[in-house]
Amino acid sequence: MSSAGGSRGAGGALPARTLWGDTWRRFRRHRLALSGALILLLLVVSVVAGTFLYPFYLVRQLADSGIPVTETSPTLTSLVDHLDYVGILSPPSRVHPLGADDLGRDLLARAIYGGRVSLTVGLVAMLIATSLGAFIGALSGYFGGLLDNILMRITDLFLSLPGVPLILLIVYLFRDSVIQAVGSPETGIFLILVSLIGGLSWMETARIVRAAFLSLREKEFVEAALALGADDSAVMFRHIFPNALGPIIVAATLGVGNAIITESVLSFLGVGFPPDTPTWGRLVTDGSQYLQVASWLAIVPGTLIFLTVLSINFLGDGLRDALEAQQAA
Amino acid sequence: MSNYIFRRVLLSVPTLLAISIIIFAILALAPGDPLSQLALNPGIPESTRQLIRTQFGLDDPWPVRYWKWLTSLLRGDWGFSFSSRSPVIDIVMQRVPQTLQVVGFAYLLAVVLAIPIGILAAVRQYSWFDQLATVFSFVGFSVPSFFTGLLLMLVFAVRLKWFPIVYDSLLGFGSATEVLAQLRQMAMPVTVLVVQQTAALTRFTRSAMLDNLGQNYVRTARAKGLPYRRVVLRHVFSNSLIPIVTLVALSIPTIFGGAIITENLFRVNGLGALLITSINNSDTPVVMALSFVFAVLMVFSNLVADVMYGVLDPRVRYN
Repeated sequence: MSSAGGSRGAGGALPARTLWGDTWRRFRRHRLALSGALILLLLVVSVVAGTFLYPFYLVRQLADSGIPVTETSPTLTSLVDHLDYVGILSPPSRVHPLGADDLGRDLLARAIYGGRVSLTVGLVAMLIATSLGAFIGALSGYFGGLLDNILMRITDLFLSLPGVPLILLIVYLFRDSVIQAVGSPETGIFLILVSLIGGLSWMETARIVRAAFLSLREKEFVEAALALGADDSAVMFRHIFPNALGPIIVAATLGVGNAIITESVLSFLGVGFPPDTPTWGRLVTDGSQYLQVASWLAIVPGTLIFLTVLSINFLGDGLRDALEAQQAA
Repeated sequence: MSNYIFRRVLLSVPTLLAISIIIFAILALAPGDPLSQLALNPGIPESTRQLIRTQFGLDDPWPVRYWKWLTSLLRGDWGFSFSSRSPVIDIVMQRVPQTLQVVGFAYLLAVVLAIPIGILAAVRQYSWFDQLATVFSFVGFSVPSFFTGLLLMLVFAVRLKWFPIVYDSLLGFGSATEVLAQLRQMAMPVTVLVVQQTAALTRFTRSAMLDNLGQNYVRTARAKGLPYRRVVLRHVFSNSLIPIVTLVALSIPTIFGGAIITENLFRVNGLGALLITSINNSDTPVVMALSFVFAVLMVFSNLVADVMYGVLDPRVRYN
């Protein structure tokens, strides 16, 4: 592989090049992946910063427009439901930078809130799927034999379950009792959604990890670790696992995007979060009622979902190129 | 060959049974009493409710209930819809043609579009055509299908008024005008599904072709003087067909899943729309039946993929 970029030391001493440093160098060359990472970073930062800063702006603007917020300490969560009757269906303006919906609720506030929900769902669902998949794949690939057989049959079975219809069925049947058990509709639905999305998307990771473990367990360093007296769990998770990290990271990245799409689809179908929780998918549904008069209401949140998932997919693609070369090296 | 197919069909029976157990378990574990509506009615005393429970076998141990559920499912006795009081199987069957019409059309179109695009993108790797195809497929699988649908609606139905917003399922195929109207109302839902399906399939065809294009047999074929076109279309393509066919078969459920969204968006009254209405009406028998229909579809497409393997690659048959 030809060395591109990287500053050479003048005195002949080369700066130390690490494995991850090389990966980063390769990743940097993938322009689409780099822009994906930047856009994603921008979105995350805006959602986090917006949660804390945007309420000040909105309260100020509403006060200037003559109808101040009556609440004593408005937060993003309360402003999401603030009704500005003057601003009903108003196009983007100074008071409402992204416009307001049919009840005069500020779209930017709702988009920030929705972004928080969507990104959290994506991340947590991915964490569940990845840890489940990595664990099952590791057991399967490391021990082989009967255990491998059983686990892989289960994986195949999960692969032949109908995803979205099954999630719809379970949410429909269990929604009320989980909400009752947890006490809050939003937390309840959140828990159901992340465990369902995560619990139905670990299979690919399991297969990748299994394949990696199958080949890695035959390597000399595993033999060495075993000879030194390391027990199975140490060999699996301290020695083999870090070597299989590349493909896991790629699958996990793409998993976030898929989870965000699934959540938005459920919200769109009205089976996701409760109607008063503004998720991106729900905002698109609500906005779709006003396509003729206020098309931005649906277009803005829809574009946000699209942009987020597109960035994640480009990022995943770039990571794949960068990390698979690491594997090959 | 028929022996191979027979074995594959046998192998899919345990999967179907496992899925049926999962769906039954979900139903059995779900909270809520199917007779809770009756409990609110003061005209029905406790003893009558108990009688109904015994009559319907609600207190039987679960293996007995599962067996009853499964056998009646196989007999075509899917119960009665809570909301319309008619047999579930009739309601489901009424909706099948609309779904098949849109989904089938979209599916064919996606395959017909994706395979040539994928081949061309692989042959001309890194050309402007390949770059364009790559960007298109990334956009295609990053955009939620309900959003593509809304944008199409906004542009072509609301602004340009080319296509109707509401789907008319009473239209037949009797006359030329009817066929034209059918095509017009199908245009948007089909496009949404095609965008989603083509994106994944193009990408996949491209990488399957690329895997084979670098092989030695390609060089041999070229060296013995075969025209490049023939090498690509006969040698490389037939070898790439196995993964492509797998994805084509395995995406049958995906496209039906996509139909849930498009049908609700464009008001096509097919299976997907039925599923969502039934969920909103708490019509459990219909929801259960549809979940099982989707599961059967899933297993069926796995089976199709397996059988196609055997057709395309004789080695698989004797394994």
